[in-house]
Amino acid sequence: MTTIEATRPRLPSAEPADDRVVRRRLGPGRRIRFGYAVGPVALLALWVVGSATGLIDPRTLSEPWTVVATAGGLIESGRLQESLATSAVRAVLGLLIGVAAGTVLAIVSGLSRLGESFIDGPVQIKRSIPNLALIPLLILWFGIGEEMKVITIALGVFVPIYIHTHNGLRSIEGKYAELAETAGVSRGEFVRHVVLPGAMPGFLLGLRFAVTGALLALVVVEQINSTSGIGHMITLASNYGQTDVIVVGLVVYAILGLVADGSVRLIERKALSWRRTLAG
Amino acid sequence: MATHPGRLTDRTAAVRVRGLHRSFSRAGGVLNGLDLDIAPGEFVALIGRSGSGKSTLLRALAGLDRDVAGHGAVDVPDKVSVVFQDSRLLPWKRVLDNVTFGLRDKDAAQRGQVALAEVGLEGREKAWPHELSGGEQQRAALARSLVRDPELLLADEPFGALDALTRIRMHVLLRKLCEAHQPAVLLVTHDVDEAIVLADRVIVLDDGVVARDLRVDLDRRSQADPEFAALRAQLLAELGVEDDSAPAPRHAHTRYDRKAAS
Ligand SMILES: Nc1ncnc2c1ncn2[C@@H]1O[C@H](COP(=O)(O)OP(=O)(O)O)[C@@H](O)[C@H]1O
Ligand SMILES: [Mg+2]
Repeated sequence: MTTIEATRPRLPSAEPADDRVVRRRLGPGRRIRFGYAVGPVALLALWVVGSATGLIDPRTLSEPWTVVATAGGLIESGRLQESLATSAVRAVLGLLIGVAAGTVLAIVSGLSRLGESFIDGPVQIKRSIPNLALIPLLILWFGIGEEMKVITIALGVFVPIYIHTHNGLRSIEGKYAELAETAGVSRGEFVRHVVLPGAMPGFLLGLRFAVTGALLALVVVEQINSTSGIGHMITLASNYGQTDVIVVGLVVYAILGLVADGSVRLIERKALSWRRTLAG
Repeated sequence: MATHPGRLTDRTAAVRVRGLHRSFSRAGGVLNGLDLDIAPGEFVALIGRSGSGKSTLLRALAGLDRDVAGHGAVDVPDKVSVVFQDSRLLPWKRVLDNVTFGLRDKDAAQRGQVALAEVGLEGREKAWPHELSGGEQQRAALARSLVRDPELLLADEPFGALDALTRIRMHVLLRKLCEAHQPAVLLVTHDVDEAIVLADRVIVLDDGVVARDLRVDLDRRSQADPEFAALRAQLLAELGVEDDSAPAPRHAHTRYDRKAAS
């Protein structure tokens, strides 16, 4: 078949000559379709093959099909949905509060010198204390209920949001402020049309760190003193030696993380379509 | 449209500057008691050596020099538009939104479209600034400044970054726009030919004051005109440049063409 194709005489009108000198590409080139899925699928394949050939001991890591069966059972009993809902509510609440606080603080400290003097120092100090080290104090202050959990997550979220938004805001070129001054816009319009969109790349970068941070904090607060949520389910399974349930929990965490990161990337692509970068 | 300390009460002048001093260091001033009047609708070109203080003067008129030491009186109209050397379009706003940036009227979008059509950018309203060529970006910047109906248009080497052909097109366009909108104009340029081609008056800045103030009374603004060449030689001499091409040679690359811009 291919030989016939190759020897068939070319119709000059159908295929105009296309001789070009093309430079070697130095950028990463065009986007691969579903490129983001390649790595995870490869890992999944490794797991399946490893379990099927017996290279992975089921006591170390349950087989994928056992995990799927366990997940099915957990869904049937309603436990998985219940735990997932509890965990998701915590993560989303903490994320929302943290993002709002980080953004507002970054804008105040980025736009006013007085605000910067008051806000920037404390945030930098907070940054050097690992979030998880604060948990004992937070438990004393807020108890072991939902309040403490959400606040811990929010604390983990607001720092990266603040740092990156503040940085993005400060790197907006002064010439745009000058333009806004000559155009006679108000301070509010300046924030809306110049500051926020200009700081958006920084904010979104911060958001990606924040999402990861929220998940990390979620895992930790759910494994101490928790009576519900995915983390509680995992802790319980650990006590009874149920590897498969633990893996189901981890998979749920992974899915949460992937979905969150994917959403941020999607927002990034929509919100930053004005940029021309290597990302394409 | 920026806020300024002074407001003109008498409308015989669009710009009135008296005894303007500005300095960036103790060593010496950049502007040393400069006086300048610009009549409504008058097109003034400002030339001077690099570092002579042209941008400093323009920024003083634009109200952008609050941190610069100095004193003197500056009176400008309410509605001032500024065109910078870079087009200064907000990269995150589409072209039309850039043009109408800061306009609060209900018909802003419509007026923006008209302004874009005037500069030959109809159909590009939805483009991102990085999708425009350098000349198109500068035309969008012109549309943004003119949509505000300025009484005074300040431009700091607006065509400095453009290639020679595009610059000629922009000259034609700017004259056309200024005839239509009739703002007073102060155009900073380092290009003597550009100054003569465009302006009613050319002023030379030196030692922080207006060293020369020449009216351009040419019937045809063509480099082939001996009067044009004489004026050019005079201005170049003022800037300390010998012009040995004085009696009207014709360089293809500087020929001025009055065909409409596109
Ligand atoms: N922001 C500034 N800080 C310090 N010096 C400046 C500043 N802006 C301009 N100058 C100095 O003032 C002089 C005039 O500058 P400028 O008005 O930009 O000149 P021109 O536009 O005529 O080339 C130059 O010597 C320049 O070094
Ligand atoms: Mg300058």
